[in-house]
Amino acid sequence: MSASIQFLKPRQDILSRRATIIADLLELLPPDCLVHEPRELVPFETDAFVSYRRLPLAVALPETTAQVSAVLKYCHRYGVPVVPRGAGTSLCGGAIPQEDALVIGLSKMAKILEVDLVNRCAVVQAGVTNLAISDAVGPDGFFYAPDPSSQLACTIGGNIGMNSGGAHCLKYGVTTNNLLGVKLVLVDGTVIELGGKHLDAAGYDLLGLVCGSEGQLGIVIEATVRLIAKPEGARPVLFGFETSEEAGACVADVIGAGIIPVAIEFMDKPAIEICEAFAKAGYPLDVGALLIVEVEGSEAEMDAMLAAIVEIARRHGVKRVKECQSATEAALIWKGRKSAFGATGRIADYICMDGTVPLSQLSYVLKRTDEIVKGFGLRVANVFHAGDGNMHPLILFNANDPDEAAKAEAAGNEILKLCVDAGGCLTGEHGVGIEKRDLMRHQYSTADLDQQMAVRAAFDPQWLLNPSKVFPLDGRPAI
Amino acid sequence: MQTSFSPDQLADPHVAFSESILRRCVHCGFCTATCPTYVTLGNELDSPRGRIYLIKDMLENGRPADAEVVKHIDRCLSCLACTTTCPSGVDYMHLVDHARAHIEETYRRPFIDRMIRALLMVVLPYPARFRAALTLARLGRPFAPLLKKVEALRPLGAMLDLAPKSVPPASRPVAAAVAAPRRGRVAILTGCAQPVLDPGINAATVRLLGRLGVEIVTPQGEGCCGALVHHMGREEAALEFARQNVDAWMREIDGKGLDAILITASGCGTTVKDYGHMLRLDPAYAEKAARVSALAKDVTEYLAALDLPQQPSQGLTVAYHSACSMQHGQKITIQPKLLLKAAGFVVKDPAEGHLCCGSAGTYNILQPEISAKLKTRKVKNLEATKPDLIATGNIGCMTQIGSGTGIPVVHTVELLDWAYGGSKPAKLG
Repeated sequence: MSASIQFLKPRQDILSRRATIIADLLELLPPDCLVHEPRELVPFETDAFVSYRRLPLAVALPETTAQVSAVLKYCHRYGVPVVPRGAGTSLCGGAIPQEDALVIGLSKMAKILEVDLVNRCAVVQAGVTNLAISDAVGPDGFFYAPDPSSQLACTIGGNIGMNSGGAHCLKYGVTTNNLLGVKLVLVDGTVIELGGKHLDAAGYDLLGLVCGSEGQLGIVIEATVRLIAKPEGARPVLFGFETSEEAGACVADVIGAGIIPVAIEFMDKPAIEICEAFAKAGYPLDVGALLIVEVEGSEAEMDAMLAAIVEIARRHGVKRVKECQSATEAALIWKGRKSAFGATGRIADYICMDGTVPLSQLSYVLKRTDEIVKGFGLRVANVFHAGDGNMHPLILFNANDPDEAAKAEAAGNEILKLCVDAGGCLTGEHGVGIEKRDLMRHQYSTADLDQQMAVRAAFDPQWLLNPSKVFPLDGRPAI
Repeated sequence: MQTSFSPDQLADPHVAFSESILRRCVHCGFCTATCPTYVTLGNELDSPRGRIYLIKDMLENGRPADAEVVKHIDRCLSCLACTTTCPSGVDYMHLVDHARAHIEETYRRPFIDRMIRALLMVVLPYPARFRAALTLARLGRPFAPLLKKVEALRPLGAMLDLAPKSVPPASRPVAAAVAAPRRGRVAILTGCAQPVLDPGINAATVRLLGRLGVEIVTPQGEGCCGALVHHMGREEAALEFARQNVDAWMREIDGKGLDAILITASGCGTTVKDYGHMLRLDPAYAEKAARVSALAKDVTEYLAALDLPQQPSQGLTVAYHSACSMQHGQKITIQPKLLLKAAGFVVKDPAEGHLCCGSAGTYNILQPEISAKLKTRKVKNLEATKPDLIATGNIGCMTQIGSGTGIPVVHTVELLDWAYGGSKPAKLG
């Protein structure tokens, strides 16, 4: 197991009271809703950032708001740390527990409570998966726009925690731009509502504060999300280039020309090969880099936008332009793209970076990323949201080789610093979690971080909620 | 994902194979979303990723199975929806097979559970015993509500509920006239439970293929495919069934030759197609089993290659239920629907088509609560398509869905036989 990222030292007073805590929690929850047998805790020790693992004290799987509130109230009263968990698909370790923490998983709270097409919104419980919302409203011609690649499995609660993005966020914005309201359980068990069915609420924009707060300001149990009308048509088109640099420069010019397609996704050669082997989507294998550009609207609108993009791509020496011919083919193109990370598992273990850079720096950062990873003697595959400059280098390594694992982590840190130095940021959509926590000082000044921590402390003075995450362990206020 | 096995542990070929499966998993969690038990229970321990982790922990530590692990593995339907979803290609089927065998070797189940499993294993794979048991079950039916009041006895209650009200008389499919020109020679698996519950399925297959110029043989000595005991972790018993079938079919393969081995129950098809893997460590059978597996085909897979002509509209809407063993186990998805469309039926796909109906071999007996929830969900989705009838390719699903709806449930091949010159399936009145 990688060891360079430290967790908070488990509190002995909590560990020694484990039996009492479990007995107390069993008073608050039905027996099916508390996991506490040691064997059964093991599968909860990590999320999709699987290099780090910590067993939790126990796992609560509440079914009602009252249960979430009662459990939080108890933990608050007795100082028990809490780690919220949705589907456990975090790529930055956002849901990894710690030995003295109770995991509160929202997987049993997975109902769509209301679909309000007239007001273009849906009210859902936090454990509803991202895709389930679009599935539920799809037959009526609507969808929920942010589409993380893990949208099949990841939950709306987790999306709010990490302010998740996705391929189609280039046009529609990320979670925070599509969230209208939440029901939040505060650390002391108080249930509050923020926002509602309207675009803006009176008073402070606390909703904006909660979205992306990684479960440290409270536990989101319900969300009101915007629904968007489906476009008349949508068409992904594949653009193949000789080099990653050409493809990167093309993206910058497309966006710079004021053209905003729904999505511009990038794959380099290793990523193309991995995704094609899994999805058989017809990605060209004879190119060095591929852009998936999706346009939408009426036929005439799509044609006009495509013509403008093709014109720019030609200037960058595009080698292949392939329009997709059917809905089935379009679905395969997206299936391949969205399965890219998992499909990488067929050839190697990986860690996935999430740095975001200004588009003008895209080609440079791609080139340097390659040099950095090669410098560690490892391989990299790039598959990411190019239109947003949100890069996802997948650093490939062998998890059973501790030396390689350490190198992969070191390479990742260098890449993320590179992104910040290029004028970008550490994370575009995955969140900080534990993975990028110790790099936060590279991004922010002490004053910046102190202010963020002050806000955190205003909601959770004891630092009980997801305490090992986001903020470097040194420099925290004394509690 | 990282694994930690010692070289000694990896010397065991079963452990080594499971380790290679575990290494592919990247713990992304996609599989949870399409797992019927996870969407029903909302606990990661009852999801593929949770089970993979439980199995990994048990095998790495060389530990005997315990009640907690057994509970969550037992709840797995083996529907394999996770393997369709998994982008990393994790071979969950063989991992859970290994876990089940490990459980049988190292864990002593409570007395009643042992007795119920033993009963299923000595009865279901043998048509004569199964027929006799069904007759007895009719007499026992009034006691079902009583049995269901005692938790440990619930499987017995479920068993009585599932037993059909009448059992068709014993029959073997009669060899039908084979039309000229001859297009092939195939064996058909008679199997165990299906010919007792519904001999009409193989009879329709024989008639249809006969008209299409395909000769069908049923070699002596073949029987249950072994899936039933295999899914209960009785590896040796499963391999015995497999060897017996391999021997029976090899006699035909080496004799007049076979173009295919047809299976009309997709659950059995998944297992026969896996014989090559199951017997890979048996030097006397490895090669023969691989040949048998390569010839094994679902009946719709075989028919799809025969280019059947488009028939006029039948004026009937069919909701097609893709059995898990069909769509996930054998990855056969479009052929049955294309065949039904060509036969003149309007074909509807139900919502949540990837979710299991809860039948899953003996699952509806051993896990009646979860199974009943899945049945209700499945029937609701099927009925929402407003079909005249429901078609599927697996006897287990037919029994399960049929016990939850008034809409007739038929086997795909019965409809094809009807559309291409055969008689109307009796169930359609």
